[in-house]
Amino acid sequence: MLQHRKFLRLSDEDNVCVACRNLVAGENLNLTAGLNVKITQDIPIGHKIALKQISENTTVLKYGVPIGTATRNIAPGEHVHVHNIRSDYHVALHNKDQEWS
Amino acid sequence: MTLEFRGYPRSDGRTGIRNLVVVAYLVECAHHVSREIQYPFREKGVHLIGFPGCYPNEYSHRIMESICTHPNVGAVLLVSLGCEGFDRFGLQTSVSQSGRPVETLVIQENAGTQNTVNLGRTWIEKTLSDLEDQPRKNTPIGELIVGTICGGSDGTSGITANPAVGHAFDRLIDQQACCIFEETGELIGCEVHMQSRALTPELGVEIRASVEKAAKYYTTLGYSSFAPGNADGGLSTIEEKSLGAYSKSGTRSISGLIKPGDVPNKGGLYLLDVVPDGDVRYGFPNINDNAEIAELIACGCHLILFTTGRGSVVGSAVSPVIKVCANPETYRNLSGDMDIDAGRVLAGDSELDQIGDEIFHLVLQAADGLQTVSEKLFHQEFIMTYKSFDPIGPSCLPN
Repeated sequence: MLQHRKFLRLSDEDNVCVACRNLVAGENLNLTAGLNVKITQDIPIGHKIALKQISENTTVLKYGVPIGTATRNIAPGEHVHVHNIRSDYHVALHNKDQEWS
Repeated sequence: MTLEFRGYPRSDGRTGIRNLVVVAYLVECAHHVSREIQYPFREKGVHLIGFPGCYPNEYSHRIMESICTHPNVGAVLLVSLGCEGFDRFGLQTSVSQSGRPVETLVIQENAGTQNTVNLGRTWIEKTLSDLEDQPRKNTPIGELIVGTICGGSDGTSGITANPAVGHAFDRLIDQQACCIFEETGELIGCEVHMQSRALTPELGVEIRASVEKAAKYYTTLGYSSFAPGNADGGLSTIEEKSLGAYSKSGTRSISGLIKPGDVPNKGGLYLLDVVPDGDVRYGFPNINDNAEIAELIACGCHLILFTTGRGSVVGSAVSPVIKVCANPETYRNLSGDMDIDAGRVLAGDSELDQIGDEIFHLVLQAADGLQTVSEKLFHQEFIMTYKSFDPIGPSCLPN
């Protein structure tokens, strides 16, 4: 039986990857031989995880291009979403009572 | 395998994949009467469309005219209250000149609801019988115009269903079909890359300008084209959503930039600019997915490839919608509403190209008469609002 992929890193330049299924805190993402990132929070399917440190005000890269800017320091393995990144264009509408952080 | 479908040739040289009767209300006041006429026949290929506004609007006239003379449409019943701003005479003339049976019922001139409904139903019955004789002809796949839209997107959309559609688009374009992608408000951040794919440098400039127009428009509105469900599903910014959406367009060159109502007459990939020109006059450009589908249909689309992550259930009047589901969990919950399960890619069960090939083959089957799931469930949504556009410039269609 094929093992479900845990994550997809869409480009080698990306500092985030996408969860291919619901992942739980403590799971390991084996990137390349010897390089491992441990997830520090539960991550729902389709959501992003930091693969390395992303400092405040630096660019988040996905598909090899910018998709926004970090609004605070993000550690490897952390959930990357509306609570810690912002658009460089417009505000993203989201449910204010949804707890992401 | 010969890549052909049995279509319905029309007098303007185009070929339809369906032979529908359309009942069209020309103002909201005529909506109920129109629905009463159409509803008993909804399972027999009679669809309801309409424009709710009383104020006249060049855009709405152009869209209604284009849809009423669409190759999938065999006959048209126009329903007017009698005092509205829509130019029913002009529309009837256009449809009549296209060689289609057309009738206009004016509620105020036909003793109101009850009598108009009776007249309408009688006309439909007779017309359905006449349409049974409509001939069909073997037609190459290159005659198709296929549109694509994403709705209810989430973080899986851009990595499964959308790139799979992109692969299907590449295959269709290689067969000389026309493929249209749209919504410049969800291509924000992609404009430089799109410019590099344009057939001519001048077209590239126009494409970039269309995205900048969209970005400014949404800044004025105070919203981007981004719903709370997108965020629930993992998308964090409009540019991230745009990048995922952009992958639906595949890899081929972009042959032109068109606006709603422009019908490409040559194969290739086209970008549909849906953001109105000029000042923000009428509010949000596309209040929901079906408003975009209506515009794709007005550009001649026979079929729509609709990718969804969160799980949209809509279909459309006039042109069949093929639902490509991006998220495997959504597919588990809503499989009865989906034609293709693209989320299999995440499980490692399939590759994107395989799913793209499945979509391509389903396009051909649907063109040949196979009903999509939303057709079988009688999803025939249709919505239009006010807009205004300047005509496209000369650089927009280099061929």
